[in-house]
Amino acid sequence: MTVLICRNYKGDVDMSEIDHFLTLLMQQEEEGLMCPVISHGSVHFMWIKHILYYFDCLFTSVCLSFVCMFPVQVFTEYFKELEEESIQDNFVVVYELLDELMDFGFPQTTDSKILQEYITQEGNKLEVAKTKVPTTVTNAVSWRSEGLKYKKNEVFIDVIESINVLVNANGSVMSSDIVGSIKLKTMLSGMPELRLGLNDRVLFALTGRDKGKTVAMEDVKFHQCVRLSRFESDRTISFIPPDGESELMSYRINTHVKPLIWIESVIEKFSHSRVEIMVKAKGQFKKQSVANNVEVRVPVPSDADTPKFKTSTGHAKYVPEKNLVVWTIKSFPGGKEFLMRAHFGLPSVENDEMEGKPPITVKFEIPYFTVSGIQVRYMKIIEKSGYQALPWVRYITQSGDYQLRTNA
Amino acid sequence: MEWASQLCENRGLGSKMTDSKYFTTTKKGEIFELKAELNSDKKEKKKEAVKKVIASMTVGKDVSALFPDVVNCMQTDNLELKKLVYLYLMNYAKSQPDMAIMAVNTFVKDCEDPNPLIRALAVRTMGCIRVDKITEYLCEPLRKCLKDEDPYVRKTAAVCVAKLHDINAQLVEDQGFLDTLKDLISDSNPMVVANAVAALSEIAESHPNSNLLDLNPQTINKLLTALNECTEWGQIFILDCLANYTPRDDRESQSICERVTPRLSHANSAVVLSAVKVLMKFMEMLPKDLDYYGTLLKKLAPPLVTLLSAEPELQYVALRNINLIVQKRPEILKHEMKVFFVKYNDPIYVKLEKLDIMIRLASQANIAQVLAELKEYATEVDVDFVRKAVRAIGRCAIKVEQSAERCVSTLLDLIQTKVNYVVQEAIVVIKDIFRKYPNKYESVIATLCENLDSLDEPEARAAMIWIVGEYAERIDNADELLESFLEGFHDESTQVQLQLLTAIVKLFLKKPTETQELVQQVLSLATQDSDNPDLRDRGYIYWRLLSTDPVAAKEVVLAEKPLISEETDLIEPTLLDELICHIGTLASVYHKPPSAFVEGGRGVQHKRLPARAGSGESAESPDVGQAVSAVSDAPPAVIPSQGDLLGDLLNLDLAPPTSNVPPVPSSMQMGAMDLLGGGLDSLLGGDVGGSPAMGVSLGGAPVGMPAGLGAAPAVGGGLGDLFDLGGGVGVTAGSYIPPKTVWLPAMKAKGLEISGTFARRSGVIHMDLSFTNKAMSVMTDFAIQFNKNSFGLAPAGPLQVLTPLSPNQTVDVSLPLSTTGPVMKMEPLNNLQVAVKNNIDVFYFSCQYPISLLFVEDGKMDRQVFLATWKDIPSENEAQFQIKDCHLNSDAASNKLQGSNIFTVAKRTVDTQDMLYQSVKLTNGIWMLAELRIQTGNPNSTDLELSVKCRAPEVSQYVYQCYELILRN
Repeated sequence: MTVLICRNYKGDVDMSEIDHFLTLLMQQEEEGLMCPVISHGSVHFMWIKHILYYFDCLFTSVCLSFVCMFPVQVFTEYFKELEEESIQDNFVVVYELLDELMDFGFPQTTDSKILQEYITQEGNKLEVAKTKVPTTVTNAVSWRSEGLKYKKNEVFIDVIESINVLVNANGSVMSSDIVGSIKLKTMLSGMPELRLGLNDRVLFALTGRDKGKTVAMEDVKFHQCVRLSRFESDRTISFIPPDGESELMSYRINTHVKPLIWIESVIEKFSHSRVEIMVKAKGQFKKQSVANNVEVRVPVPSDADTPKFKTSTGHAKYVPEKNLVVWTIKSFPGGKEFLMRAHFGLPSVENDEMEGKPPITVKFEIPYFTVSGIQVRYMKIIEKSGYQALPWVRYITQSGDYQLRTNA
Repeated sequence: MEWASQLCENRGLGSKMTDSKYFTTTKKGEIFELKAELNSDKKEKKKEAVKKVIASMTVGKDVSALFPDVVNCMQTDNLELKKLVYLYLMNYAKSQPDMAIMAVNTFVKDCEDPNPLIRALAVRTMGCIRVDKITEYLCEPLRKCLKDEDPYVRKTAAVCVAKLHDINAQLVEDQGFLDTLKDLISDSNPMVVANAVAALSEIAESHPNSNLLDLNPQTINKLLTALNECTEWGQIFILDCLANYTPRDDRESQSICERVTPRLSHANSAVVLSAVKVLMKFMEMLPKDLDYYGTLLKKLAPPLVTLLSAEPELQYVALRNINLIVQKRPEILKHEMKVFFVKYNDPIYVKLEKLDIMIRLASQANIAQVLAELKEYATEVDVDFVRKAVRAIGRCAIKVEQSAERCVSTLLDLIQTKVNYVVQEAIVVIKDIFRKYPNKYESVIATLCENLDSLDEPEARAAMIWIVGEYAERIDNADELLESFLEGFHDESTQVQLQLLTAIVKLFLKKPTETQELVQQVLSLATQDSDNPDLRDRGYIYWRLLSTDPVAAKEVVLAEKPLISEETDLIEPTLLDELICHIGTLASVYHKPPSAFVEGGRGVQHKRLPARAGSGESAESPDVGQAVSAVSDAPPAVIPSQGDLLGDLLNLDLAPPTSNVPPVPSSMQMGAMDLLGGGLDSLLGGDVGGSPAMGVSLGGAPVGMPAGLGAAPAVGGGLGDLFDLGGGVGVTAGSYIPPKTVWLPAMKAKGLEISGTFARRSGVIHMDLSFTNKAMSVMTDFAIQFNKNSFGLAPAGPLQVLTPLSPNQTVDVSLPLSTTGPVMKMEPLNNLQVAVKNNIDVFYFSCQYPISLLFVEDGKMDRQVFLATWKDIPSENEAQFQIKDCHLNSDAASNKLQGSNIFTVAKRTVDTQDMLYQSVKLTNGIWMLAELRIQTGNPNSTDLELSVKCRAPEVSQYVYQCYELILRN
């Protein structure tokens, strides 16, 4: 293992400590008990696996556990792809970033948009021009610069809901929840003040209006721009938005939802001869809606061979490196039901190794629809220059962690 | 972001053009080349050279030789170059302290640069140069920067104070930087406030006693205001600092909580966890009945659950913290079981953590779901996970009693899979289930025995051997089974050898005839052929025990084992409290206090949860004993030790020699107290001489109390005969029944508590008993036997405890007694020694019955006979007693006494005195005659006088006691 970059913030860790890391990691991997926090003597390693690179944070003292997530995020935003090359290519910037991100072990600013304002790769060109710290770095509004100008003031709002479902082999839904996310792309001049109105059940109960369908959000998380105390007191979502793309909020809804795409499967394994798979997929959503890019991934034994498929729609493909059959349906209207049959041969000499029971997973996207029924009622945009701005709203529902256990 | 991608594309055009080329130059003589380049006149070349130096440094090459040349490049107006040189300085200054002084001038100059970025850069780097000699030069520039007009410089300078303190604490104090830092808490810029707080907290950690962070309501208010405005990381510093504050009362605590709760909606999980820490800590101070307390509990669950939607590494950290929270306040997440269900693609560390939390949350309400999940997990392929899942099933059985049966059958199903490690793990946990519920699931032993051959892990073998030994009497071929293990005795691990030794000794004690050879074999293997001292010693002890005193051996080896506790691997409460104070830090991930893994003095202060406001706890449980103690004035009677008599009791089934029987503890004489003091006294009046049983009898008091107390007002109201209606349940005759008292405290009888009283109903004597199971396992097979006693009391039938007695269950039994048993005079006369047996052991206690129990219904003497008998009994057999303060008139007294079969034969009134002549007949035919004198004229004179005449004068005293008891109740 080579160290690509290293920055010692407190000077209390010997840099050769990192040599122990790989040994420890390998040891843990062999024992089958990997853990993202490892300690060696008085030094503690935390790691995140990013593609094939490990990001380590070393500590000697009590420290925040969440620190090491963020460099990765920032670097990814800076370089789009975080790889060995991108770090080596830009090591000067990386050092600069590490300097700004953290000082003496105290995280400082991790907002890449703001960092970009004063840390750039074009250092070799600029020497005089960049002599001011953006006030944003220390401002109360640390996420938006002043003086932005757009010809056309617009806000794009994406409401994206992911459904997580876990269904037992006997067909009962063990857990299901919805994780929603409201993303913004703001192209607004100046320092606009925004207010977002949702059909939030608590808000409607507070104000006494109870027209139409409301949604009870179990937990809400906001971008730091949202005034949390205001939300706490009267459920108003008010904020000065960051410029460009950002995730304004995310929410979790616990209410039991009918799995939008229901899968029934029969997987029969005849040892030493064959596996027969029958999968029925049913769209349990409104007839007017259509699920796009549906993928049903059915696990097959690793020693299966000679696949044969029959589908009532879409097409099935065997992906031997993942031991999967992937059944793709480009467009899946609500209320419809489709069938796929697969047949595999099994070798007469059986594989000794025990195989797990991977679940069937499903991927899909249903546009113009939120499963929870959440709606953006309004988006008020007020800026002192008084311009008119247009909000655009898009809804989409997609599969999150969508697993159905099988009997086989 | 577009600019970034463009840039990447531009740079990607030719890899030669990117910085990565610096990493490729690894020729020899490189240092020389670099030296030349660094001293070049051309700016571009210089910069290229510095980059090469930094690249070499990064990959771990020693380029410290270039120190002077690099420092020479420091004076440049190129920001990028400056940053690189500073980076170099930070790395090598320590190894070249003399050279580092060369850089001081530039630092001082840079600290006055018009560009705040450069000022901040200088002050940031300064602090990272850990060279003592330099530090003093840096004080002036730092002082200026702390007062800089630009907040960016101020916030950097604040951190620099902490850095400097780390290098030279004394200097920082002498220079007054700490006060400047404190002033920055009131800075107008939230980011500066946050960094000042962070720096002060860091410094405070190495000065445990200093009052650096002088937290008071004013500063707390400032911090709470800054909390709303600063960046996410700043919020964390402030929240962590708040967590160290101890609010003065629950009101302040609540108001801080109210201002912290909005942070639970922050997108940054670290902010959420820090807020959770503050809330968990301050909640400790809130009274539980407060509405806000409930609100807070409800608010905590959703954000904790949301943490689990993050990346697996974050999930792991969240789960470790949740594990603590669940142990501290299980109510927060009790309805959230399903979010901890394991997903197929979870990494192993997440799976194991989830499993652990699932068990902690398991309760009767969700056990069905949990078991179904665990069964599912047990069929996966990941060995560690499967093992833990099987173990989890066992833990559920132990934790949720109602589920035990289902757990056992699930485990049996898993054993049928014949997957080797599943079977072994299942056997290990079944052993624990046996320990928790003895004599309940032994039917599965046969199935277990079928799998004997597949066990190859020591723990599983040891568990199986334990089971065979423990239940040897029910396993027909136990000797064969154990013998099969014995063949490879020396190849077994110590754990198995020890278990095998004990099991065979158990077997021998249970089936001595067939197993003599086996036990000799194992003893000789353990003592003569083994090098292991543990094994040898245990072998010798058994050997000697068996050869000297088999009965004692039985008591030792077959002694009842303590039940295993419900929750295993719970964190010890004080440690848990400390860890709660460290939520969101490494300590909460390791579940160890910082002192366990942090070297040196930093961060090892022990944190404590604040104490609950108000006096709280002690007032919540009013001490019953105290209320009662006022009544108590009866002298404690002491039962003479009668060890020789007890021998007769012991023919129940074990027949241990007399000498082994513990003497009857004096605290067991509750029955006697009862008679003397009317029930209440017994609660405190017993032998107070340090008897540990006192606590138990107090605890048990409420059982008997209500009846006794309930009866009292009825009597006081002069309701006469009606008194007995309140006296006890199921009374048919009018006799007085004392309330039940504890005869056998649970701690003396392995969890069995017996309380009881005596009653005479429709001419039949009853012993009314309450059996309470205070142990964790089911009790069965009850039996009772009396020792010989003065009046030949004996059970008229077997003890009818039909159903097994589950933990915490109480069963009431009424045992009819006859008076036809063997007779032996006891001291005191009404003493009764009882032995009770159950599946666990035999227990002994003694109690005293009111002699009125023996007063028969046909005890009314003819007047003439009475007169004749009275005269006939010699006057030295007459005993005089006084019953003080009795407000009954003669009719009421007469009625009352008649209820207990003391019959008034005649009544005479002389002056102001009523005289009642009364007769009593005991079950053994002895007559007693009494004269009761009641003053009627003088209301102040309320004493009654009693004369008792009897042919057996020793009974008189007990008759008097009955009068006292009956008339007063």
